[in-house]
Amino acid sequence: MMGLDVYAIAAAVLVGLGFHGLITQPHPLKRLLAVNVVGNGVFLALIVLARRLPDGPDPIPHAMVLTGIVIAVSATAFGLALVRRQARDAEERDD
Amino acid sequence: MTEMLPVLAVFLPLLAGVILFLSGPGPGGLWALGGIVLSAAPSLLLVRQVAVMGTIEHLMGGWSVPLGIRLMADGLSALMILLTAVVGVLVSIHALGLFDRRDAASRQFWVLWPLLWGALNALFLSADLFNAYVTLELVTLAAIPLVLLAGSARAVSAALRYLILALFGSMLYLAGVALIYGLTGVLDMQLAGERLAGGGWVVNLAAALMVTGLLVKAAIVPFHLWLPDAHGSAPAPVSALLSALVVKAAVYLLLRLWSGPLLEPLSQPSVAWLLAGLGVAAILYGSVQALRQPRLKLVVAYSTVAQLGYMLLLFPMAGLLAWQGVIYHGVAHGVAKAALFLAAGNILYQIGHDRIVDLRGSGTVLAVSFGTFAIAGISIMGLPPSGGFLGKWLLLQATLGAGAWWLALVILAGGLLAAGYVFRVLRAAFQLPDSDAEGMEPPVRHIGPLMRWPALVLALLGIALGFAGEPLLALLGDMPGGAG
Amino acid sequence: MIYQALPLWVLMTSLVAALVVFVAGERRHRLRITVNLAAAVFKLLLVAVMLVGVLRGDLFLVRFAVLPGVELILHADALTMLFTTLSAVLWLVTTVYAISYLEQRPNRARFFGFFSLCVAATMGIATAGNLFTFFVFYELLTLATWPLVVHNGWPKAMAVGRLYLRYTLGGGAVLLLGIVALNSLGVPGDFLAGGSLDGVEKTHRAAVFGIFLLLLGGLGVKAAVVPLHVWLPSAMVAPAPVSALLHAVAVVKAGAFGIVRVVYDVYGLEVMTELQLGTLLAAVASVTIIYGSLKAIAQTDLKRRLAYSTVSQVSYIALGVGLGSPLATVGGLVHLVHQGLMKITLFFCAGNYAETHGIHKITELNGIGRRMPWTTAMFTLGAFGMMGAPPLAGFVSKWYLGMGALQAEALWVIPVLLVSTALNAIYFLPMLYRAWFAPPADREAAAGLAEARLGLLVPTLCTGIAALGAGVLAGLPLSPLSWVAFIVAQEYGE
Repeated sequence: MMGLDVYAIAAAVLVGLGFHGLITQPHPLKRLLAVNVVGNGVFLALIVLARRLPDGPDPIPHAMVLTGIVIAVSATAFGLALVRRQARDAEERDD
Repeated sequence: MTEMLPVLAVFLPLLAGVILFLSGPGPGGLWALGGIVLSAAPSLLLVRQVAVMGTIEHLMGGWSVPLGIRLMADGLSALMILLTAVVGVLVSIHALGLFDRRDAASRQFWVLWPLLWGALNALFLSADLFNAYVTLELVTLAAIPLVLLAGSARAVSAALRYLILALFGSMLYLAGVALIYGLTGVLDMQLAGERLAGGGWVVNLAAALMVTGLLVKAAIVPFHLWLPDAHGSAPAPVSALLSALVVKAAVYLLLRLWSGPLLEPLSQPSVAWLLAGLGVAAILYGSVQALRQPRLKLVVAYSTVAQLGYMLLLFPMAGLLAWQGVIYHGVAHGVAKAALFLAAGNILYQIGHDRIVDLRGSGTVLAVSFGTFAIAGISIMGLPPSGGFLGKWLLLQATLGAGAWWLALVILAGGLLAAGYVFRVLRAAFQLPDSDAEGMEPPVRHIGPLMRWPALVLALLGIALGFAGEPLLALLGDMPGGAG
Repeated sequence: MIYQALPLWVLMTSLVAALVVFVAGERRHRLRITVNLAAAVFKLLLVAVMLVGVLRGDLFLVRFAVLPGVELILHADALTMLFTTLSAVLWLVTTVYAISYLEQRPNRARFFGFFSLCVAATMGIATAGNLFTFFVFYELLTLATWPLVVHNGWPKAMAVGRLYLRYTLGGGAVLLLGIVALNSLGVPGDFLAGGSLDGVEKTHRAAVFGIFLLLLGGLGVKAAVVPLHVWLPSAMVAPAPVSALLHAVAVVKAGAFGIVRVVYDVYGLEVMTELQLGTLLAAVASVTIIYGSLKAIAQTDLKRRLAYSTVSQVSYIALGVGLGSPLATVGGLVHLVHQGLMKITLFFCAGNYAETHGIHKITELNGIGRRMPWTTAMFTLGAFGMMGAPPLAGFVSKWYLGMGALQAEALWVIPVLLVSTALNAIYFLPMLYRAWFAPPADREAAAGLAEARLGLLVPTLCTGIAALGAGVLAGLPLSPLSWVAFIVAQEYGE
């Protein structure tokens, strides 16, 4: 059911890369990006899954990916705001 | 009307959030009060209906499963919704007393908290793997900004850490959902469970991903690092909501998966014992850390790390007693922990700090706050008469029934350690002040009844839960899906 | 219905008193005193009604299911009344004493609140109808006594409070393990005359044996059985009324009473004999009796000496129960009351000495008999009672214990009793000699009569005379001895 093709491998690679980044990078900005890379891997895997039906793509995984992207984007935006706030706090402390 | 109740329980709190966003809490908190009523009413009606009629289902938009999304209110959902409503109402009243309504923090609280409430209810009603993902994200995204209300740098870095981990956890969960969808072609928990029978390595992988993701969100050791900072630095009502409800949400989903689609992979002895092992580690590590914290709110926060561990002991026991025990423990902890955080918050508010060594001799002036702390502590220690004790009793029965003596010993040790950190605080209250400080009454800010009573009522509810086992377990009913 | 629920009302009387005292706050002295005394008197009345009821064979029972298959049960049988009556009487006396003792001291609302809560817990222990209920109140007692032990707030008191919690909560955990283990064997742990094991001992012999050790371990902490007694002598830092409460009415009695319940009403004498548990219990008790007395001799502090004496004396109860013969049971059970009366008198006296003249050490007792003749007279009564001199209460206990040992053919117990009596004399007589006959240390101490104030002296006289009466009038109906005989007749089904 899940063909091991280039997309699936790419998805796995993305998840792996992102995970590596998450545990090795200390800076919150980089970690936030790493989590996004993991997310993209997962989304790609879902798109691969959409091929499961013989006649045309399955719409449900697409819907899931869209929802997931919306959530990931808003969470990331919020995270970026926090990173900025943290940087500003740090500057104020230095002054 | 009845089948609309689940929808109302989700959307009326969201509506309240929107209204409060536009209006603010209003003079005298009048709008806020309206928002509380609007949010709590459908929850309570729903719980009553479930108690009378049993499980209630609602198909969103009339679409049937597998295409549509199913909302389901069974005994477990009802119990969690009830917990949320009761803790929510009382904590809201406390917040009315604490936040100055002209403050930005007040305005933000009264928007975010109703949204969080709606998201929690939505999660408890989700009968669909993907819907659970979405609602869990909503819970997280509503909860994290609440942490920031304190405005300290510590809160910001805690929130950021929490956000990154939570996002990572939900990605893992989503990856697991994807695998299950690939295998079964459905997202409905019940249908997926039926089609997953037989297992296979993909199911195991999916289970591993989803469970790991949820453990991160539930702050189970070793993923607990963000919790004490986040819960310890937030304003008291927020800490109470986070510790009592938000971390429970992730554990709730774990219980749902165990009693539904992932029963088979999670019931393998190696997996069940691994999870229980994490629970044991959480109990012991969290309690020891709580014993060593210099600040009152951090003690309470680490106590949450420890108390969540008990809920993982379910997996190797896997019987009705363990199921009831774990859930009763969760409910009792929710009530008592909210009381504990509010009491700690009141102490902090009254004398301006919460350093335990410097609390010495403040027992007389802060009698009500310390009394509240003590009463709530009874349930946390698992001593009778309290809800925590009944939960412990059921868990002990389950462990001994399964012949797991050493788990029983861990449960008892956890209780004694909890007594250690609760009494460490109470000791400070009873001890005389240093002789050189004598005659110098510490300056005390007075708290109004709105701040004093909700904490005390919550603490007393923790005691009352020690007598309410029959009706609440009747509401909970049997294990869903015939697990165990 | 209301009549049948009397055990609940007895308990509620103290609970409500506690709540009122807490809520009324520190400044309402008059209200607090009124509530305390009214509750104590009212409770005594209720207990008297219940006593008559039990004698008539009325049923007192309240049940409340807290979990499926787990009930809180309050009931009243003859054994209940033994403990309830003792506590109710001594509570009234101790309240009067405490009101006087704590005059002008801070935090009185807190003290009397927890004091009442403590008595409520004791009533719960006395009326508990199964092990679950017993445990609930047993732990509540721990929680309610801790604030009393650390009441003074001195660093020393706080350290002792920590020790107290370690022992009692640890013991509670062991007890809980035993109770749940018994439950998991299918024994609900109801207190029924003759035992409620229902034959489980035949199929799970080792488990039943092990569980008894757990139960004994848990109860032994409060009963101060060696080596679990360490907390008791240290707890002497507490105010005198608290010591009286710990030693005579509530805490150690709760442990001893629990042992009695487990032996007679859960395990039953047959199982005790069959598994050799009775002998084990008697042996442990004997070691405690001798050890406690030896340690008492070594103490120079008056209250500490009395404390070790408690360690020793409370185990007479366990000894009688362990021997298991009807006469030994009479001796053990009646000592529950007798030790209470005598020991509370002694602690009241110690409190009077400390309050009136600041006397804490035994050497400071020299010549005190001339200044405080009434207190010292009562102290003498208590001391002779403890030694077992006829016709005082302690003699009655020891006599029945001795006869019971003969009846049970446990001859080794006789020397234990004799040695213990000798040791009692060794640590009590010198104190009496000092108090009555030794010359006072300085001139000021020799100056005229200076008795304790009336609020302290009257309760002391009451309990002292009661201790005398319990011995002299032991033959009368409704004396502790007759009541115990009534209980024993029921337990042995005669």
